[in-house]
Amino acid sequence: MKPPAFDYHAPDSVAGVLEVLAQYGDDAKPLAGGQSLVPAMSFRLARPSVLVDLGRVPGLEGIRSEGGELRFGAMTRQRELEASALVAERLPLLSGVLPHIAHPQIRNRGTVGGSLAHADPAAELPAVLLALGGRCRIRSSAGERWVGADDFYTGLFETALGDGDLLVEVALPEEQPRSGWGFHEFARRHGDYALVGVVAQVHLDGRRLRDGRIALLSVGDGPVRAVRAEQVLRGLDLDDPAARDRGLAEAARLTAHADIDPPGDLQATAAFRRHLAEVLTRRALDDAVARALGELAPAT
Amino acid sequence: MATLKTTTEPPGVKVELTVNGDTIHRRVEPRLLLSDFLRHELRLTGTHVGCEHGVCGACTVLVDGEAARSCLLFAVQAHGRDITTVEGLSDDADNLHPLQEAFRDAHGLQCGFCTPGILMSMVDYLGEHPQPNESEIREALSGNLCRCTGYQKIVEAVQLYVDRRAADPEGNGR
Amino acid sequence: MSSRYFGQPIKRREDPRLLTGKALFVDDVDLPGMLHVAFTRSDFAHGRLLSIDTEAAEAMPGVVAVITAEDLGDYWQPGPLLVPPPPIEGSSFFPRTQVPLAKGKVRHVGEPIAMVVAESRYIAEDAAEEIFADIEPLDAVVDLEAGLEADAPRIHEDLDSNLAAQVRQQKGDYARASEGAHTVIKRRFLYDHGIAAAMENRGIVASWDERAQQLDMWDTTQAPIAIRGGLAAMLGLSPSQVRVIAPFMGGGFGPKIMMFYPEEVLLPWISRRLKRPVKWIEDRQENFVATTHERGQIHDAEIALDEDGRILGVKDRFIHDAGAYNPYGLTVPLNAQCTLLGPYSVPNYDSEFRVVYTNKTLVTPYRGAGRQHGVFVIERLLDFAARELGLDPVEIRRRNFLPKDAFPHDHGIIYQDFSSLTYDSGDYEPALDKAVDLMDWHRYVGEELPKLRAEGRHVGVGLVSYVEGTGIGPYEGARVTVEADGSVSVATGVGTQGQGHYTSFAQVVAEQIGVDPSRIEVTTGDTKVFHWGAGTFASRGAVVAGNACHAAALEVRKKILNHAADALEAPQDDLEILDGRVQVRGVPARSIDLATLAQGANPMRGAVAPGTEPGLEATVYFGPEFGATASGVHAMAVEVDPQTFDVNILRYVVVHDCGVVINPLILEGQIQGGIAQGIGDAFYEQILYDSDGQLLNGSFMDYLLPTSMDVPAIEHDHVVTPSPLNPLGVKGAGEAGAIPVGALFAQAVEDALSGGGLDGFEIHEIPLSPLRLFELVGEHKAGGGTSP
Repeated sequence: MKPPAFDYHAPDSVAGVLEVLAQYGDDAKPLAGGQSLVPAMSFRLARPSVLVDLGRVPGLEGIRSEGGELRFGAMTRQRELEASALVAERLPLLSGVLPHIAHPQIRNRGTVGGSLAHADPAAELPAVLLALGGRCRIRSSAGERWVGADDFYTGLFETALGDGDLLVEVALPEEQPRSGWGFHEFARRHGDYALVGVVAQVHLDGRRLRDGRIALLSVGDGPVRAVRAEQVLRGLDLDDPAARDRGLAEAARLTAHADIDPPGDLQATAAFRRHLAEVLTRRALDDAVARALGELAPAT
Repeated sequence: MATLKTTTEPPGVKVELTVNGDTIHRRVEPRLLLSDFLRHELRLTGTHVGCEHGVCGACTVLVDGEAARSCLLFAVQAHGRDITTVEGLSDDADNLHPLQEAFRDAHGLQCGFCTPGILMSMVDYLGEHPQPNESEIREALSGNLCRCTGYQKIVEAVQLYVDRRAADPEGNGR
Repeated sequence: MSSRYFGQPIKRREDPRLLTGKALFVDDVDLPGMLHVAFTRSDFAHGRLLSIDTEAAEAMPGVVAVITAEDLGDYWQPGPLLVPPPPIEGSSFFPRTQVPLAKGKVRHVGEPIAMVVAESRYIAEDAAEEIFADIEPLDAVVDLEAGLEADAPRIHEDLDSNLAAQVRQQKGDYARASEGAHTVIKRRFLYDHGIAAAMENRGIVASWDERAQQLDMWDTTQAPIAIRGGLAAMLGLSPSQVRVIAPFMGGGFGPKIMMFYPEEVLLPWISRRLKRPVKWIEDRQENFVATTHERGQIHDAEIALDEDGRILGVKDRFIHDAGAYNPYGLTVPLNAQCTLLGPYSVPNYDSEFRVVYTNKTLVTPYRGAGRQHGVFVIERLLDFAARELGLDPVEIRRRNFLPKDAFPHDHGIIYQDFSSLTYDSGDYEPALDKAVDLMDWHRYVGEELPKLRAEGRHVGVGLVSYVEGTGIGPYEGARVTVEADGSVSVATGVGTQGQGHYTSFAQVVAEQIGVDPSRIEVTTGDTKVFHWGAGTFASRGAVVAGNACHAAALEVRKKILNHAADALEAPQDDLEILDGRVQVRGVPARSIDLATLAQGANPMRGAVAPGTEPGLEATVYFGPEFGATASGVHAMAVEVDPQTFDVNILRYVVVHDCGVVINPLILEGQIQGGIAQGIGDAFYEQILYDSDGQLLNGSFMDYLLPTSMDVPAIEHDHVVTPSPLNPLGVKGAGEAGAIPVGALFAQAVEDALSGGGLDGFEIHEIPLSPLRLFELVGEHKAGGGTSP
């Protein structure tokens, strides 16, 4: 299980990275934390002929708040997010999700940008990006552009990143007042890729749900939004316990049976995935609503 | 059967790093895994390799003080970094690091193959978590597989270290 | 037996080396000029190997040699049959053993086709990829029952079918017993056992020294002595020219006793040919296909009982998966067949198994080695019987235990060691009582469970009992030497893989020689130091090698006292050995230390009496008449999440009887580790193949080993029924923890779900998983019924 040979480049600037990426196109792959890429190479499932190490590029790390968004440099390591007081305060959803990403030994090296760009359908961060409606800043030798979460994921391990593109920054909207989040996933063991995971975010309007966003992981080619379920959430009356229960149950049911078309594999058939999606969506929505109403403590 | 051929030297990349306090200069092939670099180039064979895909944790070392899988890093990525292996805790059998001592006292190892990775994971974790309870210790251990012990005595070893450290902070758990 | 060293929780002698990263494992061996080996392995489960193109690989820089079956000439031979067929009348046996490199046919994914030797493992792997094997795929045999059908693809074409063996063992007359029975229960059971997945993969370093005409081989084997003898014969060398070292090993668990793996045959051969040291370290991907497995059996079993729930008889028909070859004979299915009888009185038994070749990796023993399959069948049958007869699970077991005065108990069928299955000693009720007390069973079942269930929680309990045949022959030996500095050396032939032999053997010897275990150096697994013995398997290290150490230590003690009596001018009966000195009892002033005695026993000049042996040394062998039977009771409480079907173990209780205990710390560790593997087997681990014989989950991402969060804290208690078969009174403990867990898990989960409203829900298989429980519950709700 030794990786195949490759040409190694370690530029010390973004411009240098873009130059190498432009030169080698499809053959080149950026190396961020490497926590998915390196094992894929050791299995010889990935064989990039050129690796561009981002580890020596200054300025790609860091967390800051700007204009109601938290901005993360693409090379910010997951451990830094987990330890960040700013994240805990402004985006508790992210703090709640991070401990479920693999293990500390992986989060110490794994980066935000690496996870988002790798686009593993079982990964948590892409689902967070989608549930929050975040956006990604992409640079290439041709210039720079922002791509919204709904347009970023385009297929199995596919994103809007083309040849020569580099993901440099990610922006996630900070939590608003009178909103709440929920995250539930079911993995066989702590730290494993989940069989199904659900990220939900809701906003209140008085005692009604103004709107909500739901994104699932491990149920499709990438993170999947539960669009029809979200429609049910809009305007849901939370004062009437029966209506609240009915509405959230319906949203969970629609998520599982209308919004997703899950694959089957060794650990979960499509039917089991739908079942889990319904169970976990309901749990995530219950938590999100409870948090928004102040029924649940803000921190996990 | 082929006959012996001459070997071509792989084009190396220069790396400079610190390992257990020593400054190391080497030229390495880019694809050389950090685990192989430590074991076979530096002969620090205490770092063990169990899966080479980042799951078992036997190869865990500290990179700038933080636990990481050395099989998930190329040696070239360690350029400029400070690496600590199990030999950096203590390589003196008569003068063990207090965490190593606690593992011995609590029978926290059987075959001992996974042990170096567990020690390195725990050094990082316990540096940040002075008083973990049993379930927190179990969670912290969950990224390291052990096939012999059933983990119970590993948990007890970590608890023993934590208790000793709390009782005598100066001794750092000794 | 008492005392200062023996039976004490002494800290392990080997730990400082392991904790500082200094213990030598095979991959740590680094020799000048060493080359590295990688293999090209079959991607097909079954196919005709038409040709192999090695040209591109041979041309790669850094590649030194590429070897295929053809290059091996006469050295190419199928491996030896390790375990001959048992002397059971009417049985049939068609052994076929593995080959060093595939020739003509491939029979499982991962079977080696070519060996590459190169300057580095990286280059060797590059070259192995460039070897093109032209294979014409054939239909694969994957399903056991389909494999036995007349039109199944034939794996070994010189055989009439894929039947590898058929064995029937009977006692009494089951047919008659069942006719008059009050209750007869029949079920079909599936039990799939996982793979050992030792943290250290296999590895070999072979080094031929042309000038010394000497082969040194470091090998991750549980049986270095047998490897040495076999290699010498294969290579045309004297055994004295071959040294096999099994250094520190990262776990064994059974598959490392298998021999000869193809790599064990090929590495020494190529080292001799190239006159350079060579190293092969199995990687995890290879381990999944190239190291032997344990897998599934299908049992169609029935039990006949009287109205009080007493067993009248058991009938079982089962099929065992051998994989592509069966060098290990019938050990695993025989263990299943015999262990099914458990601690129970089963007056009538009719059991027949068929072993079938399949296009999968070979099956050889893995911790438990078929015993869990048998335990699962009898324990599940008793559970269903208890339910039908309205008995508590504890009560039905108690009623069927062999009574205390039934020992030694001869079951009258043949065990894996080919002796009649005889339990040496046992007393099962005290263990059951202790487990019931520890679990607070009656209060838990009577009060706690109903309360929790009323809250809507799906909680259940289980309790099982079992026996384990351990410590079988043939023999082991030990040499004990008091060195000139008063320290003690002990050498034995068994290899050690984490069991703490360096410490437990030292304790055994310390007890007789009166030297602190820290002054006793134990060497295991180096044929240059000791070259008689069979190996580490069947929970026999402590029993067989431990008693050899004891016997040798006793001999040395006699010599010590003999010399000391002369030196101190005191009768031997008045002497005692304390802390490395022999003294006249109660008179420390009249003493002499062992170093002086050892030096005196090895005079350099002068004359000795005829027949005098030098030194304070003895080599003694021990072979038990038959195996010692350990036993135990496990109980657990679980909670099932009825929505995700995740299972949380709330409590786990073990009461175990392995006779006299040498080191309770090590024993607890063995039990806990076994249980962890049992939990893996019950809920996490399963080797999955598709219908083409492709392994579907050959990585640690997909094959799930339990973590620290999946294995609970285990509550222990012990019962001691000494074995009369050996002077120390010990029984084996290595496999005990792993054996009953599947049966227990099924019982407890079934109780949680049926107690939660699924009336009549039954579990007939292991392993389970959330997915499998979701499916089983769905089938049950859809009216799929409970029994065939």
